[in-house]
Amino acid sequence: MNARIAIPGRRVRTEQGLRARARAQRESRDRVLITPEGIPLHLTLATRSARAGALMIDFIIMGAAMLAATIALAYIAGGVFNLFQKAKDGTAIGHAIEFLFIVWLAVLFLFRNGWFLFFELGARGATPGKRLLGIRVAARSGGRLTAEMVLARNLLRDIELFLPITFLLSVKGDGDMGGAGLAATAWFLIFALFPCFNRDAMRAGDLIAGTWVVEAPKRKLEAAMSAAPAARTAASGGAYRFGEADLAVYGEFELQVLERVLRDNRPEALAAVQAKICAKIGWDPGRGEERAFLEAYYTQLRARLESGMRLGRRKADKFTEGS
Amino acid sequence: MASKPSMLDSIRESRVAGLFGGRKAAAQDAAIAAAALRSDRFRQEREGDWKRLEGIVSRIERGRMRSMSDEDLLALPVLYRTVASSLSIARETSLDAATLGYLDGLVQRGWFQVYGPRQSLGTWFARFLGGGWSQAVRGLGIDLVVAFAVMVAGTIAGWLLVAGDPQWYYALFPYGDGDPRVPGASAAVLHGTLFGNAQQDGMSAFAAYLFSHNAQISILAFALGFAFGIPSLMLLIQNTATLGAMLWLYHGQGQLYDLVGWLSVHGTTELYAILLAGGAGLHVGRAMAFPGELSVVEAAGQAGRRAATVMAGVVLMLVIAAMLEGFARQLIDNTPGRLLVGGSMLVFWCAYFFAFRRDPGAAA
Repeated sequence: MNARIAIPGRRVRTEQGLRARARAQRESRDRVLITPEGIPLHLTLATRSARAGALMIDFIIMGAAMLAATIALAYIAGGVFNLFQKAKDGTAIGHAIEFLFIVWLAVLFLFRNGWFLFFELGARGATPGKRLLGIRVAARSGGRLTAEMVLARNLLRDIELFLPITFLLSVKGDGDMGGAGLAATAWFLIFALFPCFNRDAMRAGDLIAGTWVVEAPKRKLEAAMSAAPAARTAASGGAYRFGEADLAVYGEFELQVLERVLRDNRPEALAAVQAKICAKIGWDPGRGEERAFLEAYYTQLRARLESGMRLGRRKADKFTEGS
Repeated sequence: MASKPSMLDSIRESRVAGLFGGRKAAAQDAAIAAAALRSDRFRQEREGDWKRLEGIVSRIERGRMRSMSDEDLLALPVLYRTVASSLSIARETSLDAATLGYLDGLVQRGWFQVYGPRQSLGTWFARFLGGGWSQAVRGLGIDLVVAFAVMVAGTIAGWLLVAGDPQWYYALFPYGDGDPRVPGASAAVLHGTLFGNAQQDGMSAFAAYLFSHNAQISILAFALGFAFGIPSLMLLIQNTATLGAMLWLYHGQGQLYDLVGWLSVHGTTELYAILLAGGAGLHVGRAMAFPGELSVVEAAGQAGRRAATVMAGVVLMLVIAAMLEGFARQLIDNTPGRLLVGGSMLVFWCAYFFAFRRDPGAAA
C-alpha cells in the first residue's frame, strides 16, 4: 500500500485516488457536532445553491402573499382609483382609506421581517422554501437554537439583501449608475458572495447569530438486506457458502457498494457485479441466480467484517491489508 | 476451508422456511432468533423504539404538538437517548449502511426537537418585553456609553462647524428646494415651521412613512457594526451633526427653546433608539476586533445575539417615535406641552432599561 502513495507532482490516476477525491468532496460538507449527550452527530451543510433556491421560493411566496394583501386592501378601499384624492379629503372616508394605507404598510413590514422569524422559530426550523429543499437552520454550537439567534440572522438579512436591492432599484430608476450605484453593487456583492468565502458557507447573518444551514434528511428504515430469506436460500433450493479466502478480498467500502446495488435491484448491475466478484474469487458465475448469490455474499461478507470489527480489526476497502 | 456453490446447507434452509411460515408475532421472535448476523438481531430488538421516536418526531414536525398524548411527550427525551445510544453502538458493530443512515437521520431529527427552539414567536415576545430587552440593553455596557459620547460629540461638532462657516449647513442638512430652514431665515419663518401644522393632511400616513425610513437607518447603524463598528460611529456622527446644525440655526434667531420642544416629542424616543442601535453596532464591532479569549466567530455570535435583541426593541421604539412625530407633535401646539411629552418618554425609557430588572426567565 505504501508503494501507491504518489510522489508529489506526479499524480497517479488510480481507482483509489479517484475514490479518495470523491470522498473528500463529500466530506468537505460533512460536519461533526457533539450533542450534549456526547454523541457525535453527522451533519451535512446545505449547498449554497440549495440556499439560494430556498430564498427564491420564499420570495415568490412572500411576493404572492403581499400582492394578495394589497389587492384585498384595495378592494376594501373600494377600488384603487381616486384613492389618493379621497385620502386628502379629510372626510370620514378619507380617514378610513388612510387607516387602510397604514395597515398596508404594517402588513408589508410584517411580511418582510416576520416571515423568516415565524417559520424558523417553528418545529422545523425552516421557512417553506427551505422545507421544500430539505434544509434547515441549526445552532453551530450543538446546543439549542434560540430565538435570539433566529432574530440576529434575519435582522442581518435586511442589510445583506433588502437594503442594497431597494437602493439599486432607486438608483436605476434615475437611469444614472454613478458612484452610488457602484457602491451599492459592491455592497450587495460582498454580502451575496460572503458564503463562498468561508468553509461553513455562512452568510453574514449566520456568522453573527452563531447558526448554520444544514440538510435535514428524512430517511425511511429499509429492510436489512442480510435478513432477507433469499440471502440464505437460492432459488434452486441451495445456499451459497463462501470460504475465508473468498471473503477476505473485499472491505467495508465494497460492502456498501454491494448493498446499494442490491437495493437498486437492477438486473444488469447485479449480473455485472456478480461477474466481477466471481472473477476475483475464481468461481463460475451461475445464471439466473445473481440476486441470491449476491445476497448470500453480502451477508457473509458483512458477518466476517462485523466480527472483525468487534475484535477491533477494520478493513476499509480492498486495498487495506486484510486481517 | 473453501466451499463451493454446489454444496447446500439443506438443514438450515428447511429451518428458515418453517419459521417464516408461522404467525406474525411468532414469526418476529423467530426472525430475531434466526437472523444470521448479530447486528441484525440488535436492530430487530430495537426497531420498535426507533419507529416510535420517528412517529413522535414526525408529528411534532407537522405541528401537531397539541394533539399528542402526555405519554408520548414524556417519552420523547427518553426515546431520543435510547436511539442515540443505539446509534453509537451501531456505529461500532454494524456495517448496514441503510440502518446507520436511518439512525443518523433519526437522531438528528430527534436532536432538533429535543434541543430545538423552545419558544414560539409569541412567548419570545412576552419574555422580551418582560425583561429580556432591558437586560440586553444593559448588557451593551460600555458600548452604550461610547455611543452616547459620540452622539454628544457629533452634535457639538455640527454646531461648531456651522458656527464657523454657515456654508457647512448645506452639507450637513438634508436640504430640499423650498425648505425655509436655511441660514439667514427670519425668526418668524423658523417659528412657522415649528407651530401650526395641526391641520396637515395625511398625518398618519406620514408617520408610517417616517417609521419605515427611521427603521432602515437604525438597522443600518446596527448592521454596519459588522465592519468593526467604525461605520456605525460615522453614521451616528453624521446624524447628530445635522442635529447640531439645526440647533445652531434656531439658536441664532432665539428659537432654541421652541425647537427643543418640537424635537423632544419624538426625539427623545428616536434619538434613544438611534443610540441603542449605534451601541449595538459598536458592541458587535468591538467583540470582533477584541474577541478576548473567544474565537472571533464565537465572540461575534455572542455579541450579535445580544445586539439583535436590542435591535428588535429599537424597531419597536421607532414605531412609537413615528406615532409621536406624526400625531402628538402636530396636535400639541405649544412648547411646554411638547417638552412634557418628550421628557416623560425619556424618563420612561430610562426607567424601563435601567431600573426594571426582572429576570426574563422567571417571566414565563
